[in-house]
Amino acid sequence: MKYALYTGCTAKESTPELLKSTLLVAKTLGIEIEVLNEASCCGAGHLQDFDEFLSLVINARNICLAEKRGLKMVTLCNTCQLMLENTKRKLDVDEKLKEKVNQKLGELGYRYVGNTKIQHFLYAILEDIGYEEIAKHIKRPLNLKIAPFYGCHIIRPSKTHDGDNLNENPYKPNAIENLIKVLMGESIDYPTKLKCCGFHVDLQNTPVSEKLTSNILEDATNAGAEAIVTPCPLCHLNLDVKQRAIAKRENKDFNIPVLHLPEMLALAFGYSAEEIGLNHHVIDVKF
Amino acid sequence: MEITLKVYRFNPKKDDKPHFDKYKLELREDAVLLDALNEIKWKFDGSLSYRRSCRHGICGSCAVKLNGKNVLACKTPLKEAIEDFGEVLIVEPLSKNREKIIKDLVIDKKDFWDKNKKVKPYLIANIDEHPEKENLVKPEEVEALENADYCIACGCCFYACESIRANKDFLGPQALAKTYRFSADGRDEAKKERLEFVDKLGIGVWDCVKCQACIEVCPKGVDPFTKITHLHNQIFEEGVAKKNVAAKHAEGFVHSIKKHGILDEGMLVLYSEGINVARHLPEAMEMLKKGKIKFPWNMPKSEGVEEIKKLVEISQTHELKG
Ligand code: SF4
Ligand code: SF4
Ligand code: FES
Repeated sequence: MKYALYTGCTAKESTPELLKSTLLVAKTLGIEIEVLNEASCCGAGHLQDFDEFLSLVINARNICLAEKRGLKMVTLCNTCQLMLENTKRKLDVDEKLKEKVNQKLGELGYRYVGNTKIQHFLYAILEDIGYEEIAKHIKRPLNLKIAPFYGCHIIRPSKTHDGDNLNENPYKPNAIENLIKVLMGESIDYPTKLKCCGFHVDLQNTPVSEKLTSNILEDATNAGAEAIVTPCPLCHLNLDVKQRAIAKRENKDFNIPVLHLPEMLALAFGYSAEEIGLNHHVIDVKF
Repeated sequence: MEITLKVYRFNPKKDDKPHFDKYKLELREDAVLLDALNEIKWKFDGSLSYRRSCRHGICGSCAVKLNGKNVLACKTPLKEAIEDFGEVLIVEPLSKNREKIIKDLVIDKKDFWDKNKKVKPYLIANIDEHPEKENLVKPEEVEALENADYCIACGCCFYACESIRANKDFLGPQALAKTYRFSADGRDEAKKERLEFVDKLGIGVWDCVKCQACIEVCPKGVDPFTKITHLHNQIFEEGVAKKNVAAKHAEGFVHSIKKHGILDEGMLVLYSEGINVARHLPEAMEMLKKGKIKFPWNMPKSEGVEEIKKLVEISQTHELKG
């Protein structure tokens, strides 16, 4: 098993612990990783607002990097996943557009074909490795009450993710819940589990972003969770980095650690806090 | 086919609080949710209130929440619903905000209609009312609307919108898709004013949190989110974009990608915010302590940066201003 890993910018900058823990989990599961170091930013859900064609071209190039290697493309961020999948879906059904994009790519010696699968790490390992095999590597059962937080761009729009996220029902997904149980933790249900953290308006409308994140932190805490886990580093920035500022501004007293999905696996696989990079969290993780 | 339905009941004039009534029904295999509601009303409990009219997914009146998803009752086969959500189907109004509930599944959609009205949902053009021959619209002119004209104003998207949950002023997916329906219409003469209106911070396109809920629920395939993206594009293309934090944020990606191939997170915030960047100081300090900030001297670059820069230059469809 070998993946072409599209890390996204966040895993190389503000959430180094995400990349670290992903590599550990891959190692344990026997997955070889080739990092796409020559990839560009996906545009993070904003570039297409400025220039939609440009966004398609640069993401088509990103996909070409995995196609060229003949590998499955694996992402670590919900928004990267959506941007890349959106590009693929658009080009695969529109010959004219594909040709237009390929004209630009051709100037640099690339050609987008459309023959690689793009999957978030969560769904890639569930599809290729499976719960049973994952369970075999547990060294330290989680024994924790964990609240899953999916983030929007991995479950919605379901049509875009069709075939890439185990056909998750966006109103009743179960991958993370199952994974928590397999790792011998308890999955906690709460009202805002499938809602939005507001990250994408954090600059232009901070109160909205903070309100939405605050609801999640509050609901998970009230439901008795000891930690939140998320597959999205952007959600992580809102939930972890901004947590104290939000508690202060919204006058709340939550203080709940937030794990990246691969960190949760790495913990159960017995890696130390240092190996995983838990020292990079703003809200201390001490289990 | 036997189905079990739990239906939200609340009469604000009489009840202190809402409750659910449970019904077991025997229905045809091909029955839709509206058939189930009719069955209850006609055979079990005439006091159940809900809206319906056309029965064909056209009037938009029968929208309700089914196990958390906003749907048209007349377009939702029960068999599929059971496959998606399991044996017990829970039917609720689009919004459970007490002030909006008129009775049971019927809500007052005033907030929705107000937003719709605000965007002037009609063609603004000087049209000869007594033309000699028909005013024909070409197929490609219709295509330009990208199905935005399919909207039946059911409100499914509006009451699923994550941004509206936190910002009552946000115009919401339906009104924005409606704006596009006219701003993309070659006959409309108010494109610029329309774009200026939705460019306003706090109410317009910049305040969409990009949650994708509106795409997921829309029963007519309007895809309001993509219409919002295309409004953004029109705003830049028509030179309407103000130099505000949001517009600079969108532009900032191009700068950053050209320079590093990847995003320079810190610079992007700085570029977008200008002097206001100071308000991020508390978080920035926390991030600094935890090794989450890259400085110019250790900012990673994509190994493909030269190539990426060239690709951006040849693919950009319009220039950055200023
Ligand atoms: S994508 Fe935007 S407009 Fe659509 S539901 Fe989410 S916040 Fe509302
Ligand atoms: S855009 Fe779709 S979901 Fe929203 S009101 Fe129109 S038809 Fe209903
Ligand atoms: S009754 Fe008209 S849309 Fe359902």
